Amino acid sequence: MSTATIADTPVELNDEGFFVNPEQWTESMADELARREGIDELTSAHWTVIRFMRSEYFDKGTGPTVRVLGKSSGISVKELYQLFPKGPAKVAARIAGIPKPRGCI
Amino acid sequence: MTDAITKVSIIISKGSLDGVYPGLIMANGARAEGIEANLFFTFFGLDAIHKARHEHIKMATVGNPGLHMPTMLGGIPGISTALTHFMNHKMEKLDIPSIPEFIEMIADTGAGLFACKASVDLFGLEKNDLIPQVQDIITVGEFYEKAAGGQIIFT
Repeated sequence: MSTATIADTPVELNDEGFFVNPEQWTESMADELARREGIDELTSAHWTVIRFMRSEYFDKGTGPTVRVLGKSSGISVKELYQLFPKGPAKVAARIAGIPKPRGCI
Repeated sequence: MTDAITKVSIIISKGSLDGVYPGLIMANGARAEGIEANLFFTFFGLDAIHKARHEHIKMATVGNPGLHMPTMLGGIPGISTALTHFMNHKMEKLDIPSIPEFIEMIADTGAGLFACKASVDLFGLEKNDLIPQVQDIITVGEFYEKAAGGQIIFT
């Protein structure tokens, strides 16, 4: 675990770069978090995914897998991988300030 | 994270439900982690990408001690179909996609799907017999070229 400064605010991240306390996240941190993942600009489609990640996390206690994202976020699996080439659920979770989603499928 | 896995090539060689799913789950999971993944279907594993057969992949009920039932029972006509229905129903409840849906999703994640040339020849198949997501029919040598620099998993 380490403390990082995102948008001038100290936040706790685990060894894999996921937020330890999702409550520390604010929307103003997303751009900087995205750049850390190699995404230069967040489009409205990225934001759809980010908001869906957070609402699922707070609803169900874990973020959605790619399958759930593809079925329920309104964005297809193909497009999800275009938006987040290094793994949609994992990368979007880091940008959305939630723990790594758990699920095999 | 210097020894992190960055690429996997997964071989699916069996044509039963329990022979096909593990490889699919590993390929899909690899892509979700941002790992490059290729799927290579050989021998009876080809059924998983066969247009007419991929919707009818069944549980192996004979010679499968994991089912904990007498071997002779497993051979009774209809048992394999019944158990396959039961298993599919259970998986649907857990929101695990059917094999055709799963393979389509895996292709959408950007994983490569390939058929083994020796097996395609052996079964007298053509590219047209296979689902459109299959990129190519390749030789074992071409498989090793594609697998270069990554891990190979045989299922």
